[in-house]
Amino acid sequence: LCRECKRLTILNSELFTLTYGALVTQLCKDYENDEEVNKQLDKMGYNIGVRLIEDFLARSSVGRCQDFRETADVIAKVAFKMYLGITPSVTNWSPAGDEFSLILESNPLVDFVELPDNHSTLVYSNLLCGVLRGALEMVQMAVDVKFAQDSLRGDNVTEIRMKFIKRIEENLPAGDE
Amino acid sequence: MADDVLFEFLHMEMVSHIYKEQASRGEMDKDRATCVSALEGMGFRVGQGLIERFTKDSPSFKDDLDIMKFICKDFWINVFRKQIDNLRTNHQGTYVLQDNKFSLLTQLSSGKQYLEEAPKYLAYSCGLVRGALSNLGMDCVVTAEVSPMPS
Repeated sequence: LCRECKRLTILNSELFTLTYGALVTQLCKDYENDEEVNKQLDKMGYNIGVRLIEDFLARSSVGRCQDFRETADVIAKVAFKMYLGITPSVTNWSPAGDEFSLILESNPLVDFVELPDNHSTLVYSNLLCGVLRGALEMVQMAVDVKFAQDSLRGDNVTEIRMKFIKRIEENLPAGDE
Repeated sequence: MADDVLFEFLHMEMVSHIYKEQASRGEMDKDRATCVSALEGMGFRVGQGLIERFTKDSPSFKDDLDIMKFICKDFWINVFRKQIDNLRTNHQGTYVLQDNKFSLLTQLSSGKQYLEEAPKYLAYSCGLVRGALSNLGMDCVVTAEVSPMPS
């Protein structure tokens, strides 16, 4: 990339990361404890996810997934790539095939972020869990999503654990929680 | 590298969240001002952060007009995905930047009743610009106005 283009690229990719950082900082000010902040991040992620799925389906032309394994691949290889420019690996499948892990070697949300000492239970990137949960709900899948490992808290990698709960039969309207 | 659309979704949700929070805490009079200033404050810090990284290895600007041109082109393209459509100045410190299709407002319906809501969606961006200018050496006040498109 020529120097000009490289310069401009840096500005753009950091807008989301810095904005997210400002949001987490604001939430930490507004709420008394990390648990509450984690909850808010999850809620906000959910609200984003239920809308983001439409953007995803429109831009990716991915068809209906046949099973949870296909869903996992689409999430890792298409969705994460499209939105965050990374491709996590899909591993640690449960024997029943209803649970897997996404391993992120790097997490774009946490560039330049260090957790201060008094926030040891903050799940900084919890928005991602809500986004995944909200998006999948709109395609009739109830899932449980949480961080199993977090590079911000000293782990070597970031691991998101996703568990399939059940198929959602009726078309429930997307509501804000 | 995060997709542009993620910022837009995040921004919408941030605005929605801040206003819902204030509503649930009562005190309707203080609401608007507090929400706007919380969003503006967040934008300010992010604007500063963006400029910190950007200007690390590029030459400094020769005057205020040069800075404003940077804001209208490079900065606006990277943050709002297009250039400013029109720049006016009275050469006495006031600059008017006109964007005919502001990316953070295009998701809102264009009916007149939404004009009232528009300021909520501009507060963060005003902060971004104010923060960027502050780190470029310009202390200023940034305000925004929305007028309906001619039909």
